[in-house]
Amino acid sequence: MKKIVYLDNERTTMVAKEVIEAMIPYMSEYYGHPASLHTLGQQAYDAIEQSAETIAETINAKPDEIVFTSCGTEANDFAIRGVAYANRNRGRHIITTRIEHPSIMRITEELAKQGFKIDYLEVDKEGFIDLRQLENLLTDETILVSIMHVNHEIGTIEPIKEVGKLLKEKKQKIYFHVDGQSSYAKVPINVQDFNIDLLTLSSHKIHGPKGVGALYIRQGTKIEPIFKGYISVQRLRPGTENIPGIVGFAKAAEIAFANFEENVSHMRGLRDKLIKGIEDNIPEVLLHGPRGDKRSPANVNFSFKYIEGESITLHLDMYGICVSTGSACASRKLEPSHVLTAIGVPPEIAHGSIMFSLSRYNTEEEIDYVLDVLPKVIGKLRSISPLTPESLKKSGE
Amino acid sequence: MPIKYSKKVLEYFLNPKNIGEMENPDVVVEEGNPVCGDMLRMFLKVKDGKIEDIKFLSFGCAANIATGSILTELVKGKTLEEAKKITMKDVAEKLGGLPPIKMHCAILAAKALHKAIEEYEKKTNK
Repeated sequence: MKKIVYLDNERTTMVAKEVIEAMIPYMSEYYGHPASLHTLGQQAYDAIEQSAETIAETINAKPDEIVFTSCGTEANDFAIRGVAYANRNRGRHIITTRIEHPSIMRITEELAKQGFKIDYLEVDKEGFIDLRQLENLLTDETILVSIMHVNHEIGTIEPIKEVGKLLKEKKQKIYFHVDGQSSYAKVPINVQDFNIDLLTLSSHKIHGPKGVGALYIRQGTKIEPIFKGYISVQRLRPGTENIPGIVGFAKAAEIAFANFEENVSHMRGLRDKLIKGIEDNIPEVLLHGPRGDKRSPANVNFSFKYIEGESITLHLDMYGICVSTGSACASRKLEPSHVLTAIGVPPEIAHGSIMFSLSRYNTEEEIDYVLDVLPKVIGKLRSISPLTPESLKKSGE
Repeated sequence: MPIKYSKKVLEYFLNPKNIGEMENPDVVVEEGNPVCGDMLRMFLKVKDGKIEDIKFLSFGCAANIATGSILTELVKGKTLEEAKKITMKDVAEKLGGLPPIKMHCAILAAKALHKAIEEYEKKTNK
């Protein structure tokens, strides 16, 4: 079998073996419905409770503040629309950023059509929001601020704690939602310290199964369910719960947090090795996002000038290396990444961007392999590009 | 990746044909724009009303490189009149189809060819 080097962990991750083992009994033996009174039902009910406990502990919340959803996209939708609808009599102003995941942006665009006023915070060239702009935008009408913890494309760690502090000092209640999908199990999150009211989490980004996410909802938060209908166990999120998925999610969190520091420093080491290797060996490259402690330990994102990202991605795939690109050519909309556009990257450079996202399972040898293959692929594509300067072609790069 | 390519497209993308610079071409044209993420430079050499040699350089995706390859293969050795009749549909068909969103890449290659022939005819006062 062809060797696979998986560096697309921001998209999704391999499910950990222990997670799969933990899930199987909840399909084969404990398959009851959590709302049933019999023993099988109670086992399913207990599984939700214990899983909520495990997840809650990792973010310093209470178990009954965790609501399981079908994915992060649903949790984001639930948080934004749920709070907007439940508090619209108090105000209709919402603030978010230009670099959110589409699962936030599509919802705020929808709310704008429904008469809500949405303001988008600008970001600087490294992707950081400006706290002063946020403060200036707050009005008596503001009911919700939603800011991602870590950007999913360029790894910027936003000043969430400072935002939480700022919002808490205001007279009226302004709910604070944080999309934590790209930070969970990689950057510490503490909903008490950060004054977070709602936090989105996703299972499949931390070596759990797909099809399950969670929303932390601080006790006392005014929120309206988005799913309506049959209430099984979770009052705010109707529908029969995905018990095996929830159990797998909790197991994934348990494993990730058991060795949190170790995992993070391992990923950070690989990240810095990859960044240095690319900058030392390939000319005319541009790192997107910040360097050092304010960058996610799992994110590396470079533009390779004069060539296009889809071509790079497909060539790397031939060597078994899996990555993502921010090029318009690889998107259905034929527009370059909105995150790269927001940090001021010109489109022709954004088209040549490649994101390498790491996990705790990646190794030094894999990074060495990538650093061996990548210059060849970049050189080959540059040799057939009309944009490559002669000087670069002659040097054989 | 939300876009699925045929085997033929990937084959031509990984082993492109007629790609590279040409020495002393009769015409050089460009089509597309790097800002949009797709650009092609085409070189043409004509002898006795026939396309003697044709080459291209590509800044673009797999579809761009594959369509450039197949198009140049198709028209090499053909008369200018024959080459003029080649459309983006012919190119896409030869490649076993293109994802609908990538049809503009086939247009780009065909446009470059037609532009090159036009320029050649203008230059030689035909």
